[in-house]
Formats: sequence, structure tokens, C-alpha cells
Amino acid sequence: MNWRRAAIATACAVPIVALFGYGMTRNPRDIPSPLPGRPAPDFALEVIRAGDGSAGGGLQPGDTLRFADLKGEVVVVNFWASWCLACRDEHEVLSSVAQLYAGRGVRFVGILYSDRPANGIQWIKDMGGQSYASVSDHRSRAAIDFGVYGVPETFFIGPDGVVAYKHIGPVTERVLIEQIERIRPPTLTTQ
Amino acid sequence: MTRILGASAVLVAFGVAIAGMVMAIVGTRLRRADIVRGAYTAAYVNFGLLALASLAMVWALVTHDFSVSYVAQVGSRSTPLFYTIISLWGALEGSILFWGLVLAGFTAVAVWRGTRGTHGAAHADIERLMPYATAILLGIGAFFYLLLVMPANPFRAVFPVPADGPGPNPLLQNHILMGIHPPLLYLGYVGMSVPFAFAMGALLAGVKGGAWIQLTRRWTTAAWMFLTAAIIAGMWWSYEVLGWGGYWAWDPVENASFLPWLTATAFLHSAMVEERRGMLRVWNLSLITATFALTILGTFLTRSGILSSVHAFAEGDIGYWFLGFIAIVLIFSLSLVAGRSDQLRTEGRLDAVASRETAFLFNNLLFSVFTFTVLLGTLFPLVAEAVRGVKVSVGEPFFNSMTLPLCMALLFLMGVGPALPWRVAPRDIVRRELAVPAVLAVLVALAVGLLVGGGVYAIVTFAFGTFALAVNLRQFSTGARARMRAHGEAPPVALARLIGGNRRRYGGYLAHIGAIMVAVAVGASSAYKSETEATLRKGETMSLRGHTIRLDELWGRQEPQRFVLGADVTVLRDGKPAGRMDPRLNFYQTSEQPITTPAVRSRASGDLYLNLMAVERDGSTATIRMIVEPLVPWIWAGGLIIVLGALITVTPSRQRARRSLPVAAPVRPPLVPGAAPARPLVIADPDTRGAAP
Repeated sequence: MNWRRAAIATACAVPIVALFGYGMTRNPRDIPSPLPGRPAPDFALEVIRAGDGSAGGGLQPGDTLRFADLKGEVVVVNFWASWCLACRDEHEVLSSVAQLYAGRGVRFVGILYSDRPANGIQWIKDMGGQSYASVSDHRSRAAIDFGVYGVPETFFIGPDGVVAYKHIGPVTERVLIEQIERIRPPTLTTQ
Repeated sequence: MTRILGASAVLVAFGVAIAGMVMAIVGTRLRRADIVRGAYTAAYVNFGLLALASLAMVWALVTHDFSVSYVAQVGSRSTPLFYTIISLWGALEGSILFWGLVLAGFTAVAVWRGTRGTHGAAHADIERLMPYATAILLGIGAFFYLLLVMPANPFRAVFPVPADGPGPNPLLQNHILMGIHPPLLYLGYVGMSVPFAFAMGALLAGVKGGAWIQLTRRWTTAAWMFLTAAIIAGMWWSYEVLGWGGYWAWDPVENASFLPWLTATAFLHSAMVEERRGMLRVWNLSLITATFALTILGTFLTRSGILSSVHAFAEGDIGYWFLGFIAIVLIFSLSLVAGRSDQLRTEGRLDAVASRETAFLFNNLLFSVFTFTVLLGTLFPLVAEAVRGVKVSVGEPFFNSMTLPLCMALLFLMGVGPALPWRVAPRDIVRRELAVPAVLAVLVALAVGLLVGGGVYAIVTFAFGTFALAVNLRQFSTGARARMRAHGEAPPVALARLIGGNRRRYGGYLAHIGAIMVAVAVGASSAYKSETEATLRKGETMSLRGHTIRLDELWGRQEPQRFVLGADVTVLRDGKPAGRMDPRLNFYQTSEQPITTPAVRSRASGDLYLNLMAVERDGSTATIRMIVEPLVPWIWAGGLIIVLGALITVTPSRQRARRSLPVAAPVRPPLVPGAAPARPLVIADPDTRGAAP
């Protein structure tokens, strides 16, 4: 028995075990979320697909959507990808709720995450369209700024530009409406 | 009563395992054969005890004895009998019990085979390593029995006794494959303990020769066969139940089953190099160790919940126990392999670049990189959080883009390898063996590229698939033709005798053919998959890629354990009905989310896959997702062929069953691979060596 080699091999095993030990102290479903309560990061992203309905806000493919331009409105930012299965589940709901709030001080933005714009556009087409505009996140800048860990993730940003809530996984109609109503300025509800 | 019987059986099994371990080691040290035999008896006794405990649990489940904690957790009076029985492995404690049973069974068989009969030249070596191997198997067993006694005790008392239970997880009681996939996976996973025990036993006993590999190869092939079948069955289940039209998502737990498969596959190939040329000893030991460690790692990942996964239904608080076990396994085996590797000096050396050895080396290189890639992708979220404190998730794009080139290279290599002779491959032989397949591959590439399209990977998959298929089929045809000439046999007889005469070799080629089918079918079904979704009223139709369906009727039905919503759909061809399909949604009381039952219409050319997404409350409309996936049935067929190939390999051939093992007999390389001389099968073909038990 060559004890020196054995000792080296044992030393190699330690970091692996330590890593798993560390993992045991973590809950993978417990996502740290420093963003809620803080101002949303700024972004300026290229529109890859216009919205089908009035929820699109008049943006055309090739336009640049600046977050700063949306100040004063409630903004729902949804990160998605064509390779994301859960995104299919929430697509319909997002599209219809966005249309419901179109022109009522609530803007929806779809940010394509880690995906080619062509795939994203095709996906929307396959899914039967989308009422609001989608932008492409070149080099995942916005995703990094928002701290996206996986798709889908949806951020609810108040008129003051502060992130009010972050939803992980597919959203439901109830979550969307509840969260939007929570941060929507009361003056607008009379419309 | 059942509860006490089961709990005591497990407790006694733990004691017996520890006692057996001690007897094996002490008996060897004291050179007392009678004490060592006590350890062997312990292995048999443990199997009996675990069988008793498992029977007790099944009995408790079937009789709805809710005073047993596990039954109260997964049982329900409304669950059909079949799903009640298979819920033995439906949740954590029961699955550990089942694991213990399988391990005890394997241990008993390994001891029985290793201590009975003569093993020829390797007999003395095997006799020396058996006590250590037994001690290691009993040690692994002791860990699992300890889990059953302490943190994962399925036989805890419940008081007051509930009148009914929640039933198993809805996902697990929705398809008959749940009765097949988990046991196969356990047989594969647990089976890898045996080669590991032999490898460690050989190192501990200081056995220098290749005795352990003779013992190990067949065990590894058998475990590999179960693991392959389990992975394919898991893919099939996911495809038939989850409703997204896919079969593989690089989920951490899927990866966990795939990782040991990769290293075991590498071992099955590199073991041949060791047997043939005495090379790669340390490497083979490392592969076996890695395979075993990865099975434990896989279990740890599933059971501890340290990674987010769709397989979270079997989680529990036993993560730290497994962590400790992983630490012991890693430290013990790594230090043993490293510390004892001096005694494993390599004998052979590589003679030429173009040879079968080189093909095997490339095979191992690719499988190692593959393993590392999948492992990295699986564990990266954990590493990133530990090092940088950030949460990341590694998705399909990473795995697909990293592993696709590796798959292509392996597919190509599957064509080159069988055509190359050992030691040196003369150029004219290589040319003759590969020319026709290469031409076929180019033709297929052109045809696919011009007529179908679908991207570079799809074209390359078809081309390499054709190439590899042609080479592997050629092995059968040249061999069979030689027999027909030499013995005047009819083609089917010649083919059967050819395979029977060298089960290992032709079983391997058959497994290649299956793997090629799987690879091409996976490639085609991903490259040419198309899907659409529509909300239909009764009588309305939707179409996709030449397939048209019509929604006829929507119905609902109350079943004992669930409420089922279904859609009757007619498949139309040229406007005329050509078949019926009924995608369904199942609502279980214990689950908010409905569980889908997609309808799949399989043809050789591919599948039409319908999933009922939603039904309007008043029953007027249904939203249906329609997916057309070419060649999917070939994945399952290919999987069966791989398993068949492995089965042929592990079945002992009758005429040679009594022959002894040649251990290090010098081997003459065949001059012409595949093409056999007059009495070709036993004499000229050195691969037969491995076919002996």
C-alpha cells in the first residue's frame, strides 16, 4: 500500500464531499431575491416581435424598448424561452391578462432569455401569437441585472420603478391580477 | 403484527450484515475457512430476512394495514391493487426497503457463484478475493439496513390508526410502466455494487491477475442491461405520461441514472482491452469505482433534495446519511485504488494507431468527457452557489450543445471500431471493411440533405448512423456467410449458430445496432418534431404535417381514485376516419394539478401525439396540443434490441458452460476480422474467451 498516494486520493475526495455537505444546507427551491423592494434595473432592448393587440404599445420589430420610457406605468416583465416547457403553460394567461389591462397603465414585456430571436418568434407563432411585444436579451444583460436564475420568471414593477414582486415558475391568472391590482395606482381603477 | 415482523427482520439483517463483515475479515486474517464460511451464510440469511420484510410490507399494503407508517403514507383503499403493490417503491422508505432486498439478492447470488464450482486458472485468485468482496457487499448492505432501522424506517407505528390513506403520488399511479421502470433501475443501480465489490476485493486481497475482471464483466453487463432498460423505460414513461411530447429533459435525476450508465458502458469496452492486452488495469478499476460511486451519488441527489428535480417525490431527511456514505465510499475506494495501483502494472502497449485498441481508447475518452460534461452540468448549480453564492440553472441548451458532438463522434466510432482488427489494422483491410459503409453514408447524407433537410446534426446523424449500421450488420453477414460456405448451413441456422458461438461479440454488435437505432430516432424526432395547439369545438378539425384530427366528443367519468375527463378524437386520412384516439385529463383528490394521459398513435414512420390541454367547463370546447414526432417508436425498439444484445452476451453458452477460464492465455489476433476461415468460430476468434463464465 502506497500511503502517500492514498492520502492524496483521500484529499481529492474531501472537496467533493464538502460540496455536497454545503448543498445539504441549501434549499434549491429557496431563491434569494434581493430585487423586490428595490428599483428595477434599467434596460434598453431590441423589439423582436410586436404585440398582436393594443397591449403591444405600438412597438415595432427593430425598435428599442427602454425601461425608462415605461416609468409611471405598472410593468410586468416576463423572462421566457422557446426551450422552456413551463413557459408554454403561462403563455396564454400572460397574453390574455396583458390584453385585459391594455391602455390601463399596465405594460407587459416579454424578454427572451438565452435563446435565438428566430426561435422565439417561431415559438410565439406556434403558440398562436402574443398580445404584447417581446424583446431579445442580447448576451443576457437584462437577465443578469434582474437576477434571473431560470425561466419563466415574472417581475412586477410599480409606477415608481420599484420591483414589488417576483414570481418564479409559470404564473396563473390569479397571481397576475392580484399582483397588478396590488401595485396599480388607485386613480387608474376608475377608468 | 406484520409491522413487528418486518421491523425485526430488518433489524436482524443489520446485525447479521455487520457480523458477516467481521467474520469475513477476521476469518481471512486468521486463515480460518470456517469463519469465512459464516460470512457467506450471513449473505444468504440476509436475503431471506429482506425477502421476509418486503413480503410483510406488501402484505401490509394489500391488506390496507394503516397502522404501518409507510402504508398510512402511500396506501389508499381506492387505489387499484396493481398500484398498491408497486407503491412498495413509490416513496422513500419503501424504495430503500426494495433497494435492500435487491442488494441482498445480488449479494447472495454473487457469493453463491463466487464460492461454488471451480474457476480454472483464476480459482485461487477468486478464492482469495471472495471474502473481501463479500465483506464489502455486506458493508453496503449494512448501510441500507441501518437506514431502514433509523431514518427511513417504513415499519413505524401509527396511532391512532387512520381509516384510509392518501394513496400514492398521482404521477406514479398513472401508467403501467411505473411497475417496470423503478425495479429495473434498482436492478441496474444495485447491480453495480457487485463489480465494485469484486474490484475492491481484488485490491484488498492483492490479486494481481485479471481474475476480478472475469468475474466482473458479466455482472457489469447484466447490471448495465437493467440500467439501459430502466433508462429507456423511464423515457417511455415520461413520453406516455407527462404530456409534453418529449422523453428526455436532462433533469438531475435523469442525469443521475445516465452517469453510471456512461461509465459502465466505457468499462464494458475497456474491459476487453484489459482481457486481451493486459492494458488499462487501473483505468478499469477506476471506471468500476466511478460507476458505483455515481449510483450512490445518483441516489443521494434523488433522496436528499439538494438539486431541484421533477423526481422530488422520493425525497426525505436521509441526505446526511447518504452524504456520510458517499464520503466513506469515495475515501475508501480512491485511497485503495491510488495506494494499490503499483501492483497493477500494465503489461501490453499500443502497437499501432489504426487498431481496435485505439478505437476502444477513443471510446473511453469520449465516454469520459461525456460523463464529465453531464456531471458538470448537473452539479454546476451547486458549485456556483458554493463558490459565488449565486443560483443558476443549467438547462437543455447546455447539455444539448455539449453532448451532441460527443454523440456524433460515438456514432461514428461505433462504425469504425468493429471493423478494425486488434493490434494493427492493415490499410487494405480497413479500406475493404469501411468502403461500402462509407459510400452508403455519403449517399444517405446527400439524400437527407437534398430531400429532407433539417440541419447539419440531423444529416450527420443519418450519415453516421448508416455507416455504423452497415459496419455492424456486415459483421453478421460475413460471419454467417462464412458458416454457410463452411458447414453448408441455411442462412437462419448459420446466423443463430454464429451468434451462439460467440455470444459476447455478436451480442455486442447487436447492442450497437440498437444504440444506432436509438441515436438516429432521437436525432430525427428532435430535428423533425412539429407541434401545434388549437381549441376545437365538437366536429372541428385541426391538421399538422398531413395529419388531421377531428374532435368528436368530450366525456367525464368518475373512477374510484380519480375523475377522468376525456376527448374522443377521430384521425382522418383523406377525409375518411382512419383511427380513434382519446387523450385524457385525470384529476386526483390529492393533487391540484390534473395529470394528463396523452394519446399516442404509433407507426413505424413516427408518432402522432395528442395531449388534452384544457376543457371548457360547459364541455363545448377542448384545447388539444398535436405533436408529430418522426421515428419515436424506433427509440423503444432500439432500446429493446440493446437489451437483447446484452442478454445474449450474459447468457452462458451451453457447450462452454463447464469450460474453465483461461486467464492470461496468449491470444492470436485474427488476420481478417469478421471474415472467418474454415472452422471459424471457436478457434480463430479470440473474442470467445470472454464468453466463458
